[in-house]
Amino acid sequence: MTAALILIALLILGSTAVAMSLRNLIHSALLLVLSWMGIAAFYLWAGAEFVAFAQVLVYAGAVSMIVLFAVLLTRRSRADLSIAPASLRRAVAGVLAGGATAGVLTLAVLRTNLQIAPSAAPTVTVQQLGLELIGPQVASVLVVGVILTVALLGAVVLAASDRNDGKEDAP
Amino acid sequence: MNTLQLCLLISSALFCIGLAGALSRTNTILVLLGIELMLNAANLNFIAFWRFNPAPLPATGVIFVIFAIAVAAAEAAVGLALVIAIYRHQQNIRLQDATRLKG
Amino acid sequence: MTLSVQHLWLIPALPLLAAAIGALTPSGGRTLAASAAIAAMVAAFVLSCCALVAALADPTANLTYNFTWFDLGTGAVRLGWLLNPLTAFMCVMVTFVGTLIFVFSLGYMHDDENFTRFFCFLSLFAAAMLGIVVSNSLLFLFVSWELVGLASYLLIGFWFQKPEAAAAAKKAFITTRIGDLGLLLGMVWLYHARGTLLFFDGGAGVLEPASLTALMVSTLSCGLAVSTAISLLIFCGAVGKSGQFPLHVWLPDAMEGPTPVSALIHAATMVAAGVFLIARIYPLMEADYHHHNLPIHALTVVAFIGAITALMGALIAVAQNDIKRVLAFSTVSQLGFMMLAIGVGSWVAAIFHLLTHAFFKALLFLGAGSVIHAAHHEQDMRKLGGLSGPMRVTFLTFAVGMMALAGVPFLFSGFWSKEAILHAAHAWDVSHIPLYFGLTAVVLTAFYMTRLVAETFFGKPRSHAAGLAHENPAVMTVPLVILAACAILLSLLAWPTPWLQHQLDPQAHTEPGGLSLMMLSIVLVALGLGAGWALYGRLLRTNASAPDPLAAALPRLHAFLAARMMFDELYAATFGRLSNGLAALADGLDRYVWGGLVNLVARLGQFGGLVNREADEDGLNAGFDAVSRKVRSVGQIYSRAQTGETHGYLRVIALGFVVLVLLVMLGGVR
Repeated sequence: MTAALILIALLILGSTAVAMSLRNLIHSALLLVLSWMGIAAFYLWAGAEFVAFAQVLVYAGAVSMIVLFAVLLTRRSRADLSIAPASLRRAVAGVLAGGATAGVLTLAVLRTNLQIAPSAAPTVTVQQLGLELIGPQVASVLVVGVILTVALLGAVVLAASDRNDGKEDAP
Repeated sequence: MNTLQLCLLISSALFCIGLAGALSRTNTILVLLGIELMLNAANLNFIAFWRFNPAPLPATGVIFVIFAIAVAAAEAAVGLALVIAIYRHQQNIRLQDATRLKG
Repeated sequence: MTLSVQHLWLIPALPLLAAAIGALTPSGGRTLAASAAIAAMVAAFVLSCCALVAALADPTANLTYNFTWFDLGTGAVRLGWLLNPLTAFMCVMVTFVGTLIFVFSLGYMHDDENFTRFFCFLSLFAAAMLGIVVSNSLLFLFVSWELVGLASYLLIGFWFQKPEAAAAAKKAFITTRIGDLGLLLGMVWLYHARGTLLFFDGGAGVLEPASLTALMVSTLSCGLAVSTAISLLIFCGAVGKSGQFPLHVWLPDAMEGPTPVSALIHAATMVAAGVFLIARIYPLMEADYHHHNLPIHALTVVAFIGAITALMGALIAVAQNDIKRVLAFSTVSQLGFMMLAIGVGSWVAAIFHLLTHAFFKALLFLGAGSVIHAAHHEQDMRKLGGLSGPMRVTFLTFAVGMMALAGVPFLFSGFWSKEAILHAAHAWDVSHIPLYFGLTAVVLTAFYMTRLVAETFFGKPRSHAAGLAHENPAVMTVPLVILAACAILLSLLAWPTPWLQHQLDPQAHTEPGGLSLMMLSIVLVALGLGAGWALYGRLLRTNASAPDPLAAALPRLHAFLAARMMFDELYAATFGRLSNGLAALADGLDRYVWGGLVNLVARLGQFGGLVNREADEDGLNAGFDAVSRKVRSVGQIYSRAQTGETHGYLRVIALGFVVLVLLVMLGGVR
């Protein structure tokens, strides 16, 4: 049980760390797919199958595709793919900030007295989830639907090639 | 240290890797991906707390994560559209060059 | 040594692993990619032989190993492996023929720059086919089935620089997809009706008596049994994949791929999948057969589709000039024979023909590949000729393959399997039309194969490239020799005793005697060979542009056949135009009706905005202007903090978060 969790954690953290430090953007994106699959494995481990499928569909399927499209649309030559190293100061500052956050979070987690249930994972069937979604949570579902629609429209407006490029900048 | 704390440590580590990546990379796409990872770390927490809750509620954590994933998908779409808009504007996607909001 | 059914997954997994290695190898690692692919196939062949030993220990048993893939709420999706003689024979055939084709490809693709990619795709193709074979679940079979489609798309379009190859790949993918839609619908229906997709599951599987009875007794409003409807839907998938009559158009175009790919598609992997699928679900196909009040039986449809395909393929093959196209249409025709055999109730004969056909068709395609490679990619047989001297090994092996395909008696395996089919058709009590179609196709097969050999190998070279041809290296000829030996030795499976039939289906009663039918078919083969020799062998063509004797005698029929019975034109004129029309309709609707509506709403909004602005500017603005000047001057001071640098913002947020957490922890705020 715990051994599987540690394996999954190694997969997630390892692939993410490597992805975040690689030079080649395409390789980073592909490694992140691996990391997202690892997160899906974590959900499976925790007994949340439906969330695992959603994770695979949305992240490993959809988001990764958008990322790859964005990468391919925004490069001009093969050399652009491997990004020049960021300035050293920025990298050090970033890692320091990340490290400080990590330290603080670790301390907080370890110092808190967390009770856990000794029992097995709560089971939730797809049917229950569906009833929950169209019952008590129906307002949230509608709001999410609106958000998704607006995001879709917004993405189209942002990415559409506007003919009056200059006008926007005038005021 | 119990299993819940282990899960929380994993998600903290994922969060911090995402944060460090977002802070140290200059490519806007990678910064966005770092932010996606931070969101994912939050989702891990939801599931972990749901899984080990001493007084289990049937579906709260799962429902929460489903909504979070939906919102994250919307965020990714808008974010990457923004990347394309930035690219069209300044012919590269280095984040430190996008400083037009400077006061 | 035997292979237990739990470990059956190793057989498809090994080529899949080789495909992964090939995919990760940089294009310089030719040796690594090719040796991984061939080693995996050899290992899979050894495992298949072990599996065969295990399966033949008790031919009646269906050894299964089922496991839960995942739980989805209340139901679970289960997959499994199935080992019976059908599985084992197919595995052995696919891996053996596959290995030889892989070795041949070493020579054929030697000069291609995408050598590693080619071996990666070949391994994927073989792995997907083996996945179909070992699956005990229609779901896993379907997944592998689609992988076969994907791999065939990649391989047919391997030379995607050529527009014809890209078009052929698309055509193959889309045409088979039409059939797969039927398979998917049938699968969904079956799951809806039975709640499982496992074939055998200790009495609960869909191919076991309880399930078959339940499917047979429930009928639809139109009078069909549910089992008939599901069978016919699944048969749609097989029609697409196996190039049967309405959907055969992709198979001849698939010749655009490299020749080893054609050999693999036509012999071992792709088209065999359809016949295998129908043989696998034969109990379901047959379920309605003894139910007499039904308007139509699934097997009757299969038999007639098969008979039409067999005759049509043979007719078209007569008038083709490209070596590979003749062979392609002969494949269509032979697949029709197999479907015919299943339709008349003898799936055993179909599988026997599938096995023998795999060997001699692979032999013929690789022989054609050898000719094409030697003649610098000249495929038009009118421009070849005179190759029997310089290419002796290729010629002799090709002749063996040709005689096996034509059904020359006694010595060649093709004769025995074809006899088995004709006997089964003869014994069918519904109609004798399929038998007559089959007999006609037998004559035509002998005829066009004689023509193919005479035009390609005899006479004088009729082009410069053919004149320069010489024998290929051993890496290409040795597989030919092995396949030729198999094309002869496989006769032993059926003669002197029908051993294979008994292993596949111990309950099958073999037709005794039928000597007159055998004599008749021997006479028909002799007739075909004689006619072919009289028309093409006696008066050898002297130059490439000389008219075809058949075309001179029957010009309009020949032109019709040469144009492949106008199927492509027919489909372009009907389905193509229909979909264009629908697209134009959708375009018009979108542009004018919906677009007009949206524009109208936009105009309304615009008008509202105009009114609003007028009210705003005069009434409200003056007061706000004064306030906003103040706000602006304060904002200018504050705006210095806005560096515009996103990283800076994010960093400050992170540090603020750290400080917050520290405050909470140290301050003890709980």
